[in-house]
Amino acid sequence: MTTNGLLQIALFFIVLVLLTKPMGAYMKKVFEGEKHTLSSPLGWLERIIYRVCGIDPAQEMRWTTYAFALLAFSVVGMVFSYVALRAQSLLPFNPQGFGTKEMAPDLAFNTAASFTTNTNWQSYVPETTMSYFSQMVALAIHNWMSAASGAAVAIAVVRGFSRREVNSLGNFWADVVRVTLYVLAPICLVYTLFLVASGVPQNFSPYVKATTLEGVAQTIAMGPVASQEAIKNLGTNGGGFFNANAAHPFENPTPLVNFIQMLSIFLIPAGLTYTFGKMVGNAKQGWAIFAAMSIMFFAGVGVAYKYEAAGTPGLVKAGVQTAATETQSGGNMEGKETRFGIANSALFATVTTDASCGAVNAMHDSFTPLGGLVPLINIMAGEVIFGGVGAGLYGILMFAVIAVFIAGLMVGRTPEYLGKKIEQFEVKMAILAVLVLDASILGFTMLGTNLSLPPGATSQTFTEAQAADEAKLPPLAKWNHVNSSSPSNYYGATYNNVNNSGAHGFSEILYAYTSATGNNGSAFAGITANTPYYNVTLGLAMIIGRFLMIVPLLAMAGKLAQKKFVPASSGTFPTDSGTFVVLLIGTVILVGALTYFPALALGPIVEHFQMNAGKVF
Amino acid sequence: MSLTLNQPTQTSDNNAPQSPKKQSKPLLDPAIVKRAIKESFIKLDPRVVAKNPVMFVVLVGSVMTTYYFIKALIGHEGNALFVGQVSIWLWFTVIFANFAEAMAEGRGKAQADSLRKAKTQTVARKLVNGKEQQVPAPDLRKGDLVVCEVGDVIPSDGEIIEGIASVDESAITGESAPVIRESGGDRSSVTGGTKVLSDRIVIQIATNPGESFIDRMIALVEGAQRQKTPNEIALSILLSGLTLIFLLAVVTLYPYAVYSVRAAGSGAPPSITALIALMVCLIPTTIGGLLSAIGIAGMDRVMQHNVLAMSGKAVEAAGDVNTLLLDKTGTITLGNRQATEFRPLPGVNIEELANAAQLSSLSDETPEGRSIVILAKEKYGLRGRELTEADAEFVPFTAQTRMSGVNVDGVQVRKGAGDNVKRWVEEQGGRIPAELDPIVESIAKVGGTPLVVALNNQVLGVIYLKDVVKGGMRERFDQLRAMGIKTVMITGDNPLTAKSIAEEAGVDDFLAQATPENKMDLIKKEQAGGKLVAMTGDGTNDAPALAQADVGVAMNTGTQAAKEAGNMIDLDSNPTKLIEVVEIGKQLLMTRGALTTFSIANDVAKYFAIIPAMFVVTYPELNKLNLMGLTNSNSAILAAVIFNALVIIALIPLALRGVAYRPMNAGAILRRNLLIYGLGGVLIPFPAIWLLDRILVTLHLA
Repeated sequence: MTTNGLLQIALFFIVLVLLTKPMGAYMKKVFEGEKHTLSSPLGWLERIIYRVCGIDPAQEMRWTTYAFALLAFSVVGMVFSYVALRAQSLLPFNPQGFGTKEMAPDLAFNTAASFTTNTNWQSYVPETTMSYFSQMVALAIHNWMSAASGAAVAIAVVRGFSRREVNSLGNFWADVVRVTLYVLAPICLVYTLFLVASGVPQNFSPYVKATTLEGVAQTIAMGPVASQEAIKNLGTNGGGFFNANAAHPFENPTPLVNFIQMLSIFLIPAGLTYTFGKMVGNAKQGWAIFAAMSIMFFAGVGVAYKYEAAGTPGLVKAGVQTAATETQSGGNMEGKETRFGIANSALFATVTTDASCGAVNAMHDSFTPLGGLVPLINIMAGEVIFGGVGAGLYGILMFAVIAVFIAGLMVGRTPEYLGKKIEQFEVKMAILAVLVLDASILGFTMLGTNLSLPPGATSQTFTEAQAADEAKLPPLAKWNHVNSSSPSNYYGATYNNVNNSGAHGFSEILYAYTSATGNNGSAFAGITANTPYYNVTLGLAMIIGRFLMIVPLLAMAGKLAQKKFVPASSGTFPTDSGTFVVLLIGTVILVGALTYFPALALGPIVEHFQMNAGKVF
Repeated sequence: MSLTLNQPTQTSDNNAPQSPKKQSKPLLDPAIVKRAIKESFIKLDPRVVAKNPVMFVVLVGSVMTTYYFIKALIGHEGNALFVGQVSIWLWFTVIFANFAEAMAEGRGKAQADSLRKAKTQTVARKLVNGKEQQVPAPDLRKGDLVVCEVGDVIPSDGEIIEGIASVDESAITGESAPVIRESGGDRSSVTGGTKVLSDRIVIQIATNPGESFIDRMIALVEGAQRQKTPNEIALSILLSGLTLIFLLAVVTLYPYAVYSVRAAGSGAPPSITALIALMVCLIPTTIGGLLSAIGIAGMDRVMQHNVLAMSGKAVEAAGDVNTLLLDKTGTITLGNRQATEFRPLPGVNIEELANAAQLSSLSDETPEGRSIVILAKEKYGLRGRELTEADAEFVPFTAQTRMSGVNVDGVQVRKGAGDNVKRWVEEQGGRIPAELDPIVESIAKVGGTPLVVALNNQVLGVIYLKDVVKGGMRERFDQLRAMGIKTVMITGDNPLTAKSIAEEAGVDDFLAQATPENKMDLIKKEQAGGKLVAMTGDGTNDAPALAQADVGVAMNTGTQAAKEAGNMIDLDSNPTKLIEVVEIGKQLLMTRGALTTFSIANDVAKYFAIIPAMFVVTYPELNKLNLMGLTNSNSAILAAVIFNALVIIALIPLALRGVAYRPMNAGAILRRNLLIYGLGGVLIPFPAIWLLDRILVTLHLA
C-alpha cells in the first residue's frame, strides 16, 4: 500500500461526505413534494407528465397498491425489453445487423430480467450482440426505471417509519416521476457532457476498422456510450456499453473520470441516508446509518487494497516486482488497468459491490483470493454498504429492524425503531426477506455446482461434421449449450461452465448467483453464463432477489405506517448512537454474512491458504 | 382549603414501611429439581417438542444420529464411538431444554399444589328464602347467598352484603395477620378458600365453579393457560427464521462438499452426523431451549412478589410502561401526616407549646396524635404521662368541632383546624393574635397541615403536620426517570399541597384533586401519545381506569370489580409494588434479548471449530482456520456439540433469575449488555470448546 493510494481513497471518502448532506437534503425536498431549486424551472414538465399519464400525485397508496404499481411497472418494462431485444433485427440503429441468432430467447429473458432488476448482469458480449437501439432503448430505459423504482421503494419504506397512524405510503408514480425528473435527469445531463468532454464517444457510427502499428486489423466499437455511462453509474446499474465495462478506455478514459464514476455510484445511496434522517425528523439517525456503512466500506477497501498491493507468493517466486516503486505499482496487476493501478482498482471493486452497481474497472476474477473475497462478502452482506439506489437504504433498514429487535430487548422494552414498535409482523417480514436472499444464493449455487445435464460430466464439442452425433443428444442437453457458439459447445454438467478448477471454480459459480440475487451484476468472470441453464437460473435469481425482497419490506412499511408513534425517552434504545452503529454492523455480519461462511470457506478462503501453499488454478 | 383533620385515611397495614420480601425458595430446590428431571423426559414427546421449532429440529437430528449410531454398531460402518456420542449429546440438548422449562414450571407447580389444598370441598351454608341449607361448595352458582361464621372456610369468591368479619387470607397471600372485611365500601370482597376468624357475614357468591380466584390462580401458576406473549411470538418467529437459514446453509453444504471433493480429487464429503452436528450448533438452541423457561420464570418472579399476573402479556407490558400513576397515600407518603415541628406564637415558650400539644394528644390514638406525642418526647424530653378517665376528660374529634383535646385539672387544651380552634378561643373570651394567620398560611403553603393549639383562652402556637414521604422514594423515582419512566402522583389533595409533596418526593408530575374521571382522562391522554400506562387501584370507581390502563394492578383488599378490571392483583395490597412489577417486566425482556444475542454470537466460534474439522481431508489447508488448535476432527465436532448442550444447563440459573438489572438509561444498559452477551458470546466459546476438546482427548473419547 502506498501513501498516494491511501490518500486517493481518503480523498474519495471526504468528497463523498461533503456531498451527502446537500444531496440528501435536496432529495428530501423532491420526495416530500416541497419547493426546491428545480421545481420552478421543471415544475411545468412534472405537471404535464401527470396530466398525460393521468396521475394524481396527491392520491395516496396503501402498501399493496404501491407494491402492485411497482410490479406492474417492472413487468411491463421487462416484457417490452424482451420483445425489443428479440426483434432487434427489425428495429433501427443496427449498423452491425445483429439479430435473433445473437439474441436467443433465454438470453433475452436473462437480459430483460437483469436490467429490470437493476442487476445489469451481462451474459453476452455487447459489441457482438446488441444493436445501438437495443442498448439505448431496450436496456438503457431500465437504467432509469430500475433506479427510480428502487429509490421510490426506499422512500416508501422510510415513510413507514416517518408516518403515523396512516394506511398509505405515498404515490408510486409521483415518486418515480420526481426522482427521474429532478434527480436522475439533471445530474445525467451534466455528467454526460463531462464524459463527452473527457473523451467518451457519443455517436451512432458503425464500428471503425483500423490497422494497428503491428499491421493487424482491428475493429473499434463505437456508439452512444457517454449517455449510457452516466446513468449506469448514477443509477448503480453497472451494465457496460462494452464487454470490458469501465476497464474499457472509451467508457472510463481518465483517472478523473474514474474518480467521478466511483463517486457517482455512491452519490444517491449516500445522500439517501441523509434524506432518511431528515424524513424521520432526526438527521443523526441518517448519519448513524451512514457511519455503519462507512465503517464496513473502509473494512472492505482496506482488505482488498492490502491483499492486491501485497501481490501473491507466485508472483514473488516468478521474480516479479511486487513492492511499489516510483514507476511500478507492484502488487497483483493481473486483470487491472495500468492507468488506474492497484488503489483505484481495489477502491472501484469495493465501491461497485458495496453499491449494487456491478460496473468494473478491473477483473475481479484476477484478484487475489482475499481481494476477491471482499466483493463477494460485500454482495452477500445484502448490498447494504451504501448499496444500490434505494436498495441499499431499504436493505439496511431491514437489518436495522432485526438488530433493534434482538438487541433492543436488552434494554428491557418491546423494541422500537424510530418510535415504531417492532413486533411480530415486522420481524416476520424482515427475516423473510433475509431468508429469500439466502435461499436463492445457496440454492442456485448448490444446483450450479452439482447439476449434471447431458452429455454428462464432461463437455462436448461438435463440429459441423459431427452434426449427426449432435442430433442424438437428448433435449435436456440444450439447457447447457452455449448460445450461438460455433462449433456447437455442450457443457453437460453445470460445473463445467467454469474456466477454473478447484476452489476457484466454486467461487465463480457462487459469485455469479450472489451477484444475480444481490442485483449487483458484476461478474467474477471465468464462467460461461450464456447458456439457457445459466441464463434462466440467473434471471430467476435476479427476480427473486429484487422483488421477493421488496414486497415483504413494503408490507412491513405498510404495517409500520399504521402504528402509533412512541415518543423517545431515556428508556428508549438510542438508534443514533455509536453503540447502534456497532450493533448494526454486527447484525449485518452475523445475520447477513455469517450464513455464507461454510460456502466461503470452500471458495476464496481455502483458495487463499492454497495459494500461500503454492497451489494455483 | 379544606382540612380533614385526624381522620384516619387508611388502615394501619399500609403505613408500615414495605415489608421485606418473603424469603423466596432457593433457585435449586431439590424437590423441584427431582420433579423437573422426570418432567424433562416426559416432555420428549414429539408433540410437545414440536411447539418449539428450534428444539424440534434438534430432536429430528437426535433421531437421525441415533439411526446412524445403530447402523454403525450393526454394520460396523463409520465411527460408532463418535456418532454415538454426538447422538447422546443431541438428546441431552433437547432434554436440557426440557429441564429448563420444567424447572421454571416447578415452583409454580409446587405452589399450585398448596393452593389445591386450600381449595375447599366443604359444605356451604346456602341461604334459600332466608333459611340455611347445606350444599357442597362446588354447587354454588353466581348470585347465591351463603352464611359464614367463625371457623368457616369461605366457599367461593363473593361480596359481603351483610356484616363484618376478620378473615384469615393466608392461604392466598401467605400473610398470617387477619384482615377486616365488611359489607359496603371498598373492602367487601372475600375470596374462596380463606377463613372467617370472627363474627358472621352473609356473602353473595360472584363466580361460578371453576372460575373462582383460586381456580384461576392455580391455572396461572401452573402455566396451564399460558399463552405465548406477543413479544415471545415475535422472537419465536425470528428464531424459526434463523433456524431455516442455518438449515439451508447446512443442507447446501453437502453438495458444495461433493463439488469440492470432485475438484480437489481427494477426501470425502462430511458425514451426515457431522452435518447434523454443525446444524444443531448453528441454530439458536441456547435461546430456543430457554425461551419458554424465561417467560415462565418471569411470571414466577412476579408471583414471588405476591403479585398475581393474569397473563404473561401483562408482565411484558409492564416492562414497556412509560407512565406510572402512583397513589400518593401509601405509595409515596407514609399515608398519615406526622408532626414535624412546633411553631409557637411570639411570647410563647416552645416547651410550653410542646407540653400543651402533647397533653391534647395523649388520648388521641390516630397516627397523627401519636406522632405529636413522640415529637414532644424526642425533641423536648417530655415523657408521655399516663392520664386516666378519672382525672381527665377527653374531648374526642368530631366532624362538627374538628378539634380534639383534653380537660384536666381545670385546664382545657384543644388542638384542631385553625378556624375551629379560633372560634373556640373566642368563645372562651380569648383574643386571636395577628401573628397566628401568617404561621398557619406558611405551613399550608408548603403542603403541610397546620394544627392550632390553644390552652384555655390563649392560642399557643401551631403544630406542623407533614405528609411524610417514604424514605428512598426520591432515589427510586430518579432511577425510574433514568429508565425513561415518568411518574405521576395521584392525590385528592389540593394542587398546592400536591405540588409541594410532588416536589419533595421527586415525582415528575401530579394529578391533584383526582377523581375517577380525571384519572381516566389522564390515562387516555397518555395513551393517545403512544405511551403505556400502569396504575394501581382498589375501589370500584377505579375499575374503569384499571381496565383502561395497560398495566392495572388491583389491590387484593379492593373490590371484586377492581380485581376483575386489573390485569394483576397484588395479594399484599402494597401499591409500591407497581415499581417492582415494572422492573420484573424489563428484566424479562432483557433476559430474552441477552440470551438471543449470546446464542447468535456463539456461532462464530462454532464455525471455526467445525468447518476445518469437516474438510480436513478434502482441504487440509483449511486447518489454518482451526484457531483453537483442536486435536482432531471428531474431537472438534464433539467439543462444539457438547458446549452447545452444556451452555443451556449453564444458563438455566440466569434464565430463571433474569439478567442483572440495573436502573440506567437505555444507552448504558445496551452498551453493558452488548459487551457481556454480545462480545462475551463471541469470545467465551473459544476457551470453552478448547477445554472440552482437551477433556475428550484425555478421556480417549475422540
